[in-house]
Amino acid sequence: MSFFESHFIYGFFVALLMIGLYGAIAKVNLVKKLIGLSIFQTAIILFYVSIGKKDGGDIPILAFDHGHSGHMLTPVAEHYINPVPHVLMLTAIVVGVATVGVALAVIQRIYAEYGTVEEDLILEKIANS
Amino acid sequence: MRGLAILCAIVVGGILLWGATDFPAWGRLDSPASVNLSDQYIEHAFEKTHVPNLVSAILADYRNYDTMFETTVVFTACTAIFLILRLPLGPLARRRNTVHVQAARQGLPRDPILEMACRVLFPPTHLFGLYVLTHGHYSPGGGFQAGVILGASFILLAIGFDLRAILARLPEGLFVPMTALGVILYIGTGVLCLILGGNFLDYEALRVLAPGISKEMIRSHGILIVESGVTLTVGSVIFAIYANLVSRGNQMEGL
Repeated sequence: MSFFESHFIYGFFVALLMIGLYGAIAKVNLVKKLIGLSIFQTAIILFYVSIGKKDGGDIPILAFDHGHSGHMLTPVAEHYINPVPHVLMLTAIVVGVATVGVALAVIQRIYAEYGTVEEDLILEKIANS
Repeated sequence: MRGLAILCAIVVGGILLWGATDFPAWGRLDSPASVNLSDQYIEHAFEKTHVPNLVSAILADYRNYDTMFETTVVFTACTAIFLILRLPLGPLARRRNTVHVQAARQGLPRDPILEMACRVLFPPTHLFGLYVLTHGHYSPGGGFQAGVILGASFILLAIGFDLRAILARLPEGLFVPMTALGVILYIGTGVLCLILGGNFLDYEALRVLAPGISKEMIRSHGILIVESGVTLTVGSVIFAIYANLVSRGNQMEGL
């Protein structure tokens, strides 16, 4: 397998991360900034999950023999992908949703106080008051 | 600003791509992440917990401290949203907000097709959430996923009807204590293990309460108990976040 074939997948995560970073810095609208941060987070989550991949590996749920009294097959580590990144990201995704909720609540408060979510207009209003 | 952002993204992306060239080939069996600990989990988790879904076994048994504090983080985020949205507003903002509430109290037009669709969809969604929780030991699923599905089923109703119709049946006094109840159930299980003479969250100590169950099966049941706690917290937090965000914290109007 060529170097490009075995490593191009990391390029996708980096590209996604760059999109998120650009959005978080360049956008003036606070909601769009938050969307940028979420894309950034998604890139990292995808990267972590991809680490668990093993060639020829199945999902990390142990297989049983077929049949009525199907007993457990002895698990072989090569047959199952690494479950640890999945566990870490499972919790990270839900915590990510909750923190995005907090960020949206803060943005709502900013809107209630200043009447806008555009960063430059907010800074103007702070300077004038 | 835009030029600076592009420059910043390209510099960061370049450094990361340069670093990625040192990474192991994608999917290699001997990549550092998949050699030591993960093999131990895959080969020995079942004989110690009797849970075929390794993700559930690791989430709620091997790494249960991590999961406990993640649940606490979700609960804390919910509390933070309440505090942020319900602090009293400044005088200018208060006037604008009152106008907004009055406009919304006029009521939204009702759509019988949409309401019927949500009515039909709600029970299967709810049932599927419970299935994902209880079958999480044997198939993809578990507490977090089940919680999100249950929360989504309530959000579906809230979108299809309106928020006040849902809050009449599921009042705030019910689902907000549920966010704390899940965390209490999780930590309470740990404390119970401690009282019964084991370590914190060491489910084997629970055998005193259920003699005749093997020490592997009691771990499996312990995982189900704490996953139920996670489901309670996550499900009610998802709905609480929605209910507060769409109504600016006062839960009077909203979508």
